Amino acid sequence: MNWKREFVRGLGDGLPIGLGYIPVAFTFGFLAVSGGLPVWVACLISFSNLTSAGQFAGMNLIFAGAGYFEVALTTFVINLRYMLMSLSLTQRIEKSMGTLKRMLVGFAVTDEIFVVASLNQGPLRAAYLFGLMALPIGGWNLGTFLGAAISDFLPLALQNAMGIALYGMFIALIVPASRDSFHVLVIVLIAVAVNCVLTYVPVFSFISSGFRIIAATVAGAGIGAFLFPKEDEDYVKREAA
Amino acid sequence: MEMKRVLICVALMALVTYIPRVVPLTAFRKPIKSKYLRSFLDYTPYAVLGAMTFPDVFTSTGSLISALCGTAAALVLSYRGKGLVTVACAAIAVVYLVELLL
Repeated sequence: MNWKREFVRGLGDGLPIGLGYIPVAFTFGFLAVSGGLPVWVACLISFSNLTSAGQFAGMNLIFAGAGYFEVALTTFVINLRYMLMSLSLTQRIEKSMGTLKRMLVGFAVTDEIFVVASLNQGPLRAAYLFGLMALPIGGWNLGTFLGAAISDFLPLALQNAMGIALYGMFIALIVPASRDSFHVLVIVLIAVAVNCVLTYVPVFSFISSGFRIIAATVAGAGIGAFLFPKEDEDYVKREAA
Repeated sequence: MEMKRVLICVALMALVTYIPRVVPLTAFRKPIKSKYLRSFLDYTPYAVLGAMTFPDVFTSTGSLISALCGTAAALVLSYRGKGLVTVACAAIAVVYLVELLL
């Protein structure tokens, strides 16, 4: 009963993520097929990778004829941020969770699932996390299939417009948190500023986008932790909640 | 395009996506004692999302102007507490309309 309630609560939290993934995955499926991949390969990529930035980058490298090492290294660097997220989650999931469940949860650590899970009070249970993962996984695969299958019928203006969907979701996650917490606002601004400098200042142009994001994240969260360390009471409250 | 090469690339991508996700979760189970490290990990999601969004959002559509309009719509709606889907769809709609007008 308790398991079921937690699972359903997870499904509810995952629904907006799953819906939001559809247009993003649609864009991926569309680009994959228009670049020359068969529909089933586009679907296979989404099913086995379940990530946005890494998939898009990997696909572009496949199209560019890059070598195996370059494909693996670039995708790995883009995905290194998941290591920070997983490490953060280890502090939040219930201690008794077994290895197999941890391996399943690990498959679906995406930016949005991680943030929504992190916003929970109290330890995270496997039932809740499985519920939270289910609809985003479904939406990601469904969107990819639709985009791959019906890409020819979509007007170019709409294809262009869908490129912003992923960022719209990111914005919907960071803006409310930054509005409610001055600390979060400062951290976001630091990360954005570092990323802009690394992107636009020519000296840094050799840095790949994956490393830029990691550097900006470490700077933002690091300076934030130095300026606004959370006191132990914050954690006691969270454990009790 | 040679299918064998594509499938090997896909397998490599899946592998290097899964490893960073699963290794910390399975290998690391102790509570972190350091106040600073814990705060750092708590702040990570916001820093990641900020860096992933800006400035890349400005080149995510057909033109800078449509991207700016879409971003502005997303900022206003999310400030007013609208959900993920509303914000994402409104941003798409605004970009689409602006690109039609241009």
